[in-house]
Amino acid sequence: MFAGAPQYLVSGLTQGAAYGLIGLGYTMIFNTTGIINFAQGEFVMLGGLLSVCFVGAGLPLAVAVLAACLATAVIGALMERLAIRPLAGAPAVNAVIVTIGVSILLRGGAMLVFGKDTVALPAFSGVRPILAFGAAIQPQSLWVLAVTLALLAALKLFFTVSIQGKAMLACACQQKAASLVGISVTRMALLSFGLSGLIGAVAGAILAPITMTAYDVGMMLGLKGFAACILGGLGNPFGAAAGGLILGVLESFGAGFVASGYKDAFAFVVLLLLLFVKPSGLFGKAGVERV
Amino acid sequence: MRLPGLGKNAFQAMLFLAFLLAVPLALPNEYYLSICILGCLSAIIVVGLNLLMGYAGQVSLGHAAFYGLGAYTTAICTTRLGLPIPVGLVAGVVLAAAVAWIVAVPTLKLRGNYLAMATLGFGIIVSIVFNESVDLTGGPSGYVGIPRLALLGHVFETDRGYYNLMAVVLALVVLLALNLMNSRTGRALRALHVSEKAAGSLGIDIAAHKRFVFVLSAALAALAGVFYAHYLSFVAPASFGFSASVQLLVMVVLGGMASVWGSVVGAFFLTALPEFLREFEDIDIVVYGVILVATVMFLPDGLAGGLRRLLGKCRRAKVSHVQPD
Repeated sequence: MFAGAPQYLVSGLTQGAAYGLIGLGYTMIFNTTGIINFAQGEFVMLGGLLSVCFVGAGLPLAVAVLAACLATAVIGALMERLAIRPLAGAPAVNAVIVTIGVSILLRGGAMLVFGKDTVALPAFSGVRPILAFGAAIQPQSLWVLAVTLALLAALKLFFTVSIQGKAMLACACQQKAASLVGISVTRMALLSFGLSGLIGAVAGAILAPITMTAYDVGMMLGLKGFAACILGGLGNPFGAAAGGLILGVLESFGAGFVASGYKDAFAFVVLLLLLFVKPSGLFGKAGVERV
Repeated sequence: MRLPGLGKNAFQAMLFLAFLLAVPLALPNEYYLSICILGCLSAIIVVGLNLLMGYAGQVSLGHAAFYGLGAYTTAICTTRLGLPIPVGLVAGVVLAAAVAWIVAVPTLKLRGNYLAMATLGFGIIVSIVFNESVDLTGGPSGYVGIPRLALLGHVFETDRGYYNLMAVVLALVVLLALNLMNSRTGRALRALHVSEKAAGSLGIDIAAHKRFVFVLSAALAALAGVFYAHYLSFVAPASFGFSASVQLLVMVVLGGMASVWGSVVGAFFLTALPEFLREFEDIDIVVYGVILVATVMFLPDGLAGGLRRLLGKCRRAKVSHVQPD
């Protein structure tokens, strides 16, 4: 009965790495602004679709992916500047509604520009599966895992070495104190939206050769990413990445051993149970508000 | 202007009902009437959701699940089980309320984003069950053949008759909400919104009050779901998914948090808006997004708050006109 397990593990880790990256994007924005950005899934969609579009325009794959990620980062920053910053001082729920509005806008815009078809990006290095441990591993799965790890390492470096990264951490810690020592909180918010857009787009681009992409993939991916960062403990970027991996594996095993139709439900059931038992998430700090 | 023996709330609700009943006279055709019926249904849910969100301060991103539970329960009761419609009506509301009660116990201990995630997860699980349990619900293609509403021997055949009934139900729901918020329970809910600690120290049972308002709002959503099923005689899971829950939340915020009348306006506005955007054909969804963002940006306290400020400005202008400095 467990013959399929290695295969499920590989596909779960691949999908989970993408969830983790999406969760990371939520965490970035949440830490600097306190907002849950419901347009995060649309960044993922844009990363995939823009890559496909640029490849179609004749750019080499690597350049196309890079351009797509940068373009999405710019869109993220624009979103902050045009829609989020003017809200300063309004209740948090208003900001959430605005992010929902922006996500509808981006989804509608993508539908107009790219059409409703489901499209695939060519795999980064061939499609011949590598056989190992009784599982057929797509080369793209290795790409997904490698890029995720590289991105995590780069972020770790960014937060510990660069002054911008440290400033962002300071904002996450205490906004008022950060602004007192001369950190521009608004600039950090802008940066966090840009970075989130970049990370989301990377997730979208590396996933697009495996799962294909379309204008409407953002919502479910976004929800899974949100679930990943709650699972790992909201506000903890590496918890979000780990949460994503766990979610992906759980989902993959649930689909394989229980019922594939209930794949999405499986992840959320586990998440709800966890929330009821340990609301601060697996790796969250204690002291989360609870009655 | 106060009727003897009637409170201010009852008077307002009666005026509102009279207005609703007069609306069809001004409508050019039957199609607009069906939008008005859907508007009433949305308003019933949104008023309930606003009691939970605006007054008690608890977010729910899964309310469409209760809407769907009501609709599917009555659909299955009245067709497959062959029960009379009033039984289906009661069963739909009671089942949704029971589910809400069970869900409320662990969920309402959570706050803020965690509560949002938990209700969102609940809503998604329910909508996946609607999609996947094909034997029971008909799956993604929907459930057909639900009988048209019949109560006390009267079948609501025409849209006009159905609309009149919905107008009465909505007016009653509004009256209930207005009275509830002026009651001891309403004050307790508003108190726990501001500070649970302070409210608790005044002897308010926080958990019981939260659970009560959650179950009430779920029951109202299910009530709307029952009427929805017997109006369209067809239900599909797409109407009760995450997008529907978000739509309800947006109606609350757009109408104005903690404003019963705002909720009614927000529900009708957002129900009718897509119909008017049809003219834009393909870009309707983009225009919808722009209107949503712009409204929240420029009217941070919703349509109700915007109107209140506008009235305040007019009044000030009048005063300064009477007494110039």
